[in-house]
Amino acid sequence: MSKERNIQAKQQRAGWLFLAPATILIFIMSFYPMVQAFIISLKKGSSANMQWQEPLFHNYARILQDKTFLTAMGNTFLYLIIEVPIMLVLAILLAQILNNKDLKFRGLFRTMVFMPCAVSLVSYALIFKSLFATQGLINSGLMNLGIISENINWLGTTATARAVIIIGLIWRWTGYNMVFYLAGLQNIEYSVYEASKIDGANGWKTFWYITVPLLRPVIVMTAIMSINGTLQLFDESVNLTNGGPSNTTITMSHYIWNLSLGQGVAKFGYASALAFVVFILVGILAFINMKVGDKRD
Amino acid sequence: MTKTKKKVSNSSAIQRRLIPSYIFLIIVCFISVFPIYWMLTAATNTSYEVSVGKIWFGTNAWNNFQNLLQQSIGSGAPLANIMWNSFKYAGVQTVLCIFICSLAGYGFELYHDSKKDKLFAILLLAMMIPGVATLIPLFRMMSAFHLLSTVAAFILPGISTPFMIMMFRQNSRNFPVDIMEAARIDGLSELAIFFRMYMPIMKSTYAAAAVITFMNAWNAYMWPRAVLSDNSAMTMQMLVANLSNGYTVDYGLLMMGVLFCSLPTMIIFFVLQKQFAEGITGAVK
Repeated sequence: MSKERNIQAKQQRAGWLFLAPATILIFIMSFYPMVQAFIISLKKGSSANMQWQEPLFHNYARILQDKTFLTAMGNTFLYLIIEVPIMLVLAILLAQILNNKDLKFRGLFRTMVFMPCAVSLVSYALIFKSLFATQGLINSGLMNLGIISENINWLGTTATARAVIIIGLIWRWTGYNMVFYLAGLQNIEYSVYEASKIDGANGWKTFWYITVPLLRPVIVMTAIMSINGTLQLFDESVNLTNGGPSNTTITMSHYIWNLSLGQGVAKFGYASALAFVVFILVGILAFINMKVGDKRD
Repeated sequence: MTKTKKKVSNSSAIQRRLIPSYIFLIIVCFISVFPIYWMLTAATNTSYEVSVGKIWFGTNAWNNFQNLLQQSIGSGAPLANIMWNSFKYAGVQTVLCIFICSLAGYGFELYHDSKKDKLFAILLLAMMIPGVATLIPLFRMMSAFHLLSTVAAFILPGISTPFMIMMFRQNSRNFPVDIMEAARIDGLSELAIFFRMYMPIMKSTYAAAAVITFMNAWNAYMWPRAVLSDNSAMTMQMLVANLSNGYTVDYGLLMMGVLFCSLPTMIIFFVLQKQFAEGITGAVK
C-alpha cells in the first residue's frame, strides 16, 4: 500500500519536473516583466537612473494630452473596425466554398489563398510599399486603364495610406484565418449539409443558419487573435508607411517603440505607461469578445 | 447506362451552379498570388523597369544580387552571415521551444491533477500580454545580463509560449496511456517514457510545432531589432527593412532582398504546407 503511494508520489513529482522549465520561463519572461513594466511606468528619468514620478501616476495623466498617442489609438481602432470584420467574413466565405466536395482544384485554390502567409510581415509590407509607391505599379496600372490621370500619392496622404495598410492586412491574414475555419468545418458532419439541402435551404441560408452557428467557437477565437494582433501592429506601420505622413498612420506599438528604443532620448517611464494601456485594452477586448461569443440563444 | 448518363448530367449541373464560386475563387487567388509573383519579377528587373510597370521577368537578376551583396556589407555584415544568423536564431529557438513546451504539455496532460490544471490556466493568461508591453523590461533585463546581440537574447522570450504548451497538451489527449503503464512495469523511468514513447508517437505534432516556431522566429522583427544592436548580429528581416530606408529606393535590389528573406519560408510553405496549417490551428481541437 505505502509502496504504491510512494510510486504515485514519484510520478506526481516527475510531472512537476516536466512542466517546471516552461513554467519558470513564462514567469521570468512574461509575468515578471509585466510587473516591471508597471513599476517603470510610475518612474521618470533615463534608463540608468530612474526615480519615482511625482505625482505617482503622472505618466498616465499625460496620456490624455498626447495627441500622437490618441491618433495611434484611433488608427488602431480604425484598422480594427474595418479590417477585422471584412477579413473574417471573407475567410469564412472562402472556407465554406472550399469545403464543397464538388469543387474542382480545391487543393490548388486552397494553397493559393493561403500563400500570403509564406511571406514575412516585413517582406509583404515592403512589397505593398513598392506597389503603392508614387511611381509604383498600382498607379501605372490605373493610368493605363484611364481611371486616373495623374499619379496618386497613396502613402503620402493620410486617408489612402490608412487604406493601404488595411488592404495589406486583409491580404496577409485572410488565408491564415481561412485555415482555422476549414479545420472547424471538417468537424461538421457533411450529412448536416445534405440534410439542409434536402430541406430546401439555399446557399445563403445554409451559410447563416448552419455554418456560422457551428463555427461560433472558432469565430470567437479568430476574432480574439485578430483583435490582439491588430492592437499590437508594428511591422506594417514601421515598414509600409513609417507612421507617416507626419505620424497619422502610426500604431500604438510603433509609437511606444519610437519613444523607448527607436530614436532620441529613451522615455522608458512614459513608454511603459502607454504599453500598460495597450495591455489593459487587449484584456478588456478579449473579455468582451468572450462574453459576446459565449452568449447562447 | 442511363444511370451513368444521369450522373454525368447531374454533376455538370452541379458544376454549372458552382460557376460563381469559381469566378470568386479565381479573383481571390489572383489577388493573393499577384504581389508574390510581382516580387519575383521585380527581383529580376532594373529599378527603372519596375517603375515603368514591367510585370514580366527580366535579365537584371545577377546585378540585383551583386548589389544586394554590396548593400549587406555596407549594412555591416555579408549576406551569407546575415542568412546564417537568421537560420541560427530560428533553428536554436525551434529546437529548444519544441523540447521545453512538449515536456510541459506532457506533464500537464498525462500527470494532470487539480493543482497543475490551475497552474495551466494561469500560464494561459500570458497569451494576453502584448509583446510591446514587456519590450522595455525585457530589453533592460538582457542588457543587465550583457546578453545584447547574442543568440540567448533572441530566443529567451520565445522558447516557452502558452500557445505551444497548449498545442502539445491538447494533442497529448490522443496519447495511449496504457503504453505508459506497460512501460513502467518494464522498468522505464518517467523521463525515459517521454523520450522513447512520447516523442516518437507524437512526431506529427512535433513537425507541426517545429514548422510554426521556425516561421515565427524567422519572421520576427521588433524584438530582434531591440536586442540585436551589433551589425554583425543582424537578421534578414532587419537587413531587408534597412534596404528601403534611403531617399531613392532601388526596387530591383529591394525585391531581391525580399526574395532572399522569403525563400526559406516559401520553401517550408510549399513542402510542409500540411504541417504549417496544423501548426497554426494546432492548439484548437
